[in-house]
Amino acid sequence: MPTLPPEFADLEPFTDWCLRTEAERYAKRLASSMDEMQAFYDAAFPRLEDAYTYLNQFDLHALPEDATQLLWLYYSLVNVSFPVEVWRQPRVPDSGAASLDAVVEPAV
Amino acid sequence: MPHFAKPAEGSWTEHYPDLGTALVNYEDSISPEFYELEREAIFRRTWLNVGRVEQVPRVGSYFTKEIGVLGTSIVVVRSASDQIRAFHNICRHRGNKLVWNDFPREETSGICRQFTCKYHGWRYGLDGGLTFVQQEGEFFDLDKADFGLVPVECDAWEGFIFVNFDRDNATPLRDYLGEFGRGLEGYPFGELTQVYKYRAEVGSNWKLFVDAFVEFYHAPVLHAKQAVADESQKLQRYGYEALAYQLDGPHGMVSSWGGMSPPKDVNMVKPIERKLRSGLFGPWDDYLDAEPPPALNPARSPVWGMDSFHFFPNFMVLPYFPNWVITYNYWPTSYNSHIFEGALLFVPPRNAFERLQQELTAVTFKEYALQDGNTLEATQTMLESRAVSEFPLNDQEILLRHLHRTARQYVADHQRRQPGTPVQISAVS
Repeated sequence: MPTLPPEFADLEPFTDWCLRTEAERYAKRLASSMDEMQAFYDAAFPRLEDAYTYLNQFDLHALPEDATQLLWLYYSLVNVSFPVEVWRQPRVPDSGAASLDAVVEPAV
Repeated sequence: MPHFAKPAEGSWTEHYPDLGTALVNYEDSISPEFYELEREAIFRRTWLNVGRVEQVPRVGSYFTKEIGVLGTSIVVVRSASDQIRAFHNICRHRGNKLVWNDFPREETSGICRQFTCKYHGWRYGLDGGLTFVQQEGEFFDLDKADFGLVPVECDAWEGFIFVNFDRDNATPLRDYLGEFGRGLEGYPFGELTQVYKYRAEVGSNWKLFVDAFVEFYHAPVLHAKQAVADESQKLQRYGYEALAYQLDGPHGMVSSWGGMSPPKDVNMVKPIERKLRSGLFGPWDDYLDAEPPPALNPARSPVWGMDSFHFFPNFMVLPYFPNWVITYNYWPTSYNSHIFEGALLFVPPRNAFERLQQELTAVTFKEYALQDGNTLEATQTMLESRAVSEFPLNDQEILLRHLHRTARQYVADHQRRQPGTPVQISAVS
């Protein structure tokens, strides 16, 4: 399992959200219940400012491994924020069978 | 309840009197015969954007592009003379696709010194010249100079690579892009090297997705569930009015207000947007210090937010000055299907905070586009019922009226050039 920086030990129960690609994060979102996403959001959202303040001390392209995992976890927070804050369902309303695949995304 | 001034004629549409204000027939989006005509009349006769120069950074860098609407594939490469060239992706020996990886129908990219055909090992230089023939002595009077790759006209504008399949084309790219192209020159496109690209196969005619992105009349309604509830109701009461619309030849643009970046009241937006100072309209903070080029914000409105430029037929550029740009490409695959490509180009983030701002914008873009894409299939299927064939377009839908009229004109002009009896389609008249 990924390990987070010691300052973020409280988020260790959610390291299954440390996912490198948008496709993985989006798939996990669709496969999760609202309760699971709410629990992750309730733990991670209050620490968003702490997280980016911590990460901002590093060169974005030379992040230590545990910091990279933390950044990926916060990409996932961004991804689940939509269902948790507004829709109360994993998929955006009225999107049915539509799909849109990320075919290129930044390396970091 | 007009919030923004309209032209003296009373409407944007009547400012361009050729457009008329009549009901619009959508047969052009559901007729297989019309689509067959569009392939030659439009896609073989216009400049088509296929990528950006950053995709071919060094001599030998290449990418392939499937052009299904013309039944071909091309390879775009930076040649030894540092020029960007395009060729039909076909070996001159016996027609094998020259550049591909495991799957012949999938696009690929890379860097090489020469192209080698997988079939019999014929080799071509980066300038397209045939350089090696396996067992050359077995052939009959074969002059390699006669068997180079077949070029496709290729040029770049502001780093966007375009090709033109019309062998008789006489219009340089810059002239084709017209006033809008010239007016966007100087935009810092080259600084926007942090790239997200999305792709979708959409079950609708290509023009319906252009329709969806050249009007924002739909935005407060279709996307209502994206916003917090109070804000959503407010937006719907307000509706949508553009700051300006402009037409130039086959192209069009709409200029929009930018009240959400940043919002006047932070309670209008979701908690994560407040924390990250970002959202659908991009990061609220400017990273670049640059002068806006003259085509942006033609109304010179103080509440300006972003413009959408539609370059006929299938390319759109949405500059959110100065931080980032969205581009759209729509590649028809049949009369009722197309491949949609959306790219978000950002200034590279300087730290994790800016990176998260951009991630929020990119994810938000995807959620909106999913709603748009799904709605298109709902529209296509019912248009095909032909239960109703003519539709009222309002003044905020002027660019749709212009797009469909332009498509019909290209087809009609094409038919006039053809000998014999033109195919009769009601929408062509």
